[in-house]
Amino acid sequence: MTPPTRARDAALPKAAGPSRGARQERRLGLLLCAPAAVVMLAVTAYPVGYAVYLSLQRYDLRFPDQAHWVGLANYGAVLTSPVWWQALGVTVLITVVSVAVELALGLALALVMHRAVFGRGTVRTAVLVPYGIVTVVAAYSWQYAWTPGTGYLAALLPGGSAPLTEQWPAIGLVILAEVWKTTPFMALLLLAGLALVPDETVRAAMVDGATSGQRLRLVILPLMKPAILVALLFRTLDAFRIFDDIYVLTGGSNGTGSVSILGYDNLFTALNLGIGSAISVLIFVCVALIALVFVKLFGTAAPGTEPERR
Amino acid sequence: MAEIVLDGITKRYPDGALAVRDVNLTIADGEFVILVGPSGCGKSTTLNMIAGLEDITDGTLRIAGQVVNDRAPKDRDIAMVFQSYALYPHMSVRDNMGFALRLAKADKATIAAKVEEAARILDLTQHLDRKPANLSGGQRQRVAMGRAIVREPKAFLMDEPLSNLDAKLRVQMRTQIAALQRRLGTTTVYVTHDQVEAMTLGDRVVVMRAGVVQQVGSPQHLYDEPVNLFVAGFIGSPGMNFLGAALEQNTLHTSLGALPLDDRTRRALERADAPRELIVGIRPENFEDAALTEHGGGVTCTVTVEVRESVGSDVYVHFTQGGGPAPTAGLTQLTQLDELDQLAELAADSGRADTGMQEQHVVARLAPATRATEGGPLDLRIDTARIHVFDPRSGANLTHPERPAR
Repeated sequence: MTPPTRARDAALPKAAGPSRGARQERRLGLLLCAPAAVVMLAVTAYPVGYAVYLSLQRYDLRFPDQAHWVGLANYGAVLTSPVWWQALGVTVLITVVSVAVELALGLALALVMHRAVFGRGTVRTAVLVPYGIVTVVAAYSWQYAWTPGTGYLAALLPGGSAPLTEQWPAIGLVILAEVWKTTPFMALLLLAGLALVPDETVRAAMVDGATSGQRLRLVILPLMKPAILVALLFRTLDAFRIFDDIYVLTGGSNGTGSVSILGYDNLFTALNLGIGSAISVLIFVCVALIALVFVKLFGTAAPGTEPERR
Repeated sequence: MAEIVLDGITKRYPDGALAVRDVNLTIADGEFVILVGPSGCGKSTTLNMIAGLEDITDGTLRIAGQVVNDRAPKDRDIAMVFQSYALYPHMSVRDNMGFALRLAKADKATIAAKVEEAARILDLTQHLDRKPANLSGGQRQRVAMGRAIVREPKAFLMDEPLSNLDAKLRVQMRTQIAALQRRLGTTTVYVTHDQVEAMTLGDRVVVMRAGVVQQVGSPQHLYDEPVNLFVAGFIGSPGMNFLGAALEQNTLHTSLGALPLDDRTRRALERADAPRELIVGIRPENFEDAALTEHGGGVTCTVTVEVRESVGSDVYVHFTQGGGPAPTAGLTQLTQLDELDQLAELAADSGRADTGMQEQHVVARLAPATRATEGGPLDLRIDTARIHVFDPRSGANLTHPERPAR
């Protein structure tokens, strides 16, 4: 080889990619990440994959021998069934109403906690109590309270009424239980968002002549928007998968079942793994769609790209 | 535009801490007044009380003749510029500047015209539709100014508006603010911790320390006749040198030699019934290189140069007080310990302690022609007519006792 060529060869590895040291470092990085990745795959990807696989089969646990591949037939059966659409409607209703109420209440609580001059710790603890109670325990206490004859809340109603046995009152009570339990979570997330609003900006609005309502609407809320969207995303995904409150309060009877209740009934009561798995996968798709919508919303609506320099 | 009157303004926090004590100040219509002092001196608290962002514990505040103690900020018709600029990050520059007018329900055409006009003055016209996040620091600062001027308020309140800018931009903006204020003629109260900003901007400067006003006066007055050790050390850069001195037969004996007193100073000291142990203050610019001057006035002393700093137009020479026992040793015997503490505190407040420099260090500002070399001897002439003598017990300036007039 002539000297010029050799010089070019020597320069080649540098141009072709990262140096040997950088490559080794990357390999080490991948190795160090591997255990976590393997665990993630084992506990999330595998079950999800397996559910998808089951959903493509006719598989009834009562007749395991008759299990066979049916393609998308299970999805067809679910999507053409009024039961699914009815459950989806109930779920969406509960989700929208409870998240909206939680947002309003949570914001009010967050403002109180943010402003509290004395007893800050006590106020925060008091607000958080419902969130510290196990959902099922709370749901049972609601159930007893609304049971005619024994419940203290049912006693307040006109005689003979059993709200948990009628569709609309029951859905209302499920929403109430849900709101009671998760508003503190919402309030905490919003409180974190309030802390992001610079004091001086609010003071500037005061000097500019904004009333407290205008400060909230025109300055504080827009600056909290990222925190509000995160809180809404979390709560929407959670509320969409509502299960325990309905399971305890009504058992999903009288047209109060959510999609999760429907999936549970098919999987564990009817032992129909194919249909049940198809419902699970559909819930998964719905949740993914909600998340996608929110993330797209973040992308377009996040105020500023860089937070204001202090 | 309006006169602002502070009458016995006091701020006491619920925990009993006294942030501002009995401030009496009349700010004339159109005047540019600077509140200056080290951090924690109560200058920002005073400004916030004028703005209505903090409650006034005691005293009355009048803007344009009306008592506004209990009025909300929005009802005081004042505009404020914050250190962090406090722009609304979700609004464009145009909306930021028009926000106050929009809240005041001005009609759209008026808002647009006023915003355009302010943008033209501040050279922001091409940035009107951008968000604050996409602007440079200097541009954001101008938007904050613009937000204040579109309102044509009774007064501007500025809380260290230039602190977040780099040094060069700060000097440019300083000039711009001064020009803008002259042009608009709006009463302005400006808070800063930077004495250079205070000296260059203000018609009058209010020096504060620990919640108490130390002295009010024009920049030149504060420089020439500081009422006490604190003001003397705070105003001027580099700060005044303080030396211990013993008074004997009309002569001040210091480690730089014996400084004879002129008649005026001698009479002032007699009137004040001065103690024998005193503190002498000499500004760096009141030294000169004896080799460069022919006339024989003043007192000459010889020092050993430790550090020589040349900034082109001047040469700063640092040296330690030479010879003899440290004069502060004499002070220790005579004065109470807490008084020494007070002096140390004064030194800390005037920013001297931060530099790690001992009190015995002396700085002299010399003409660039000086031959001073590091480690070499240097003959310095002290302009004795311009020295200040302070009472170590009270810190008061005995050569220039406080005059009641402004």
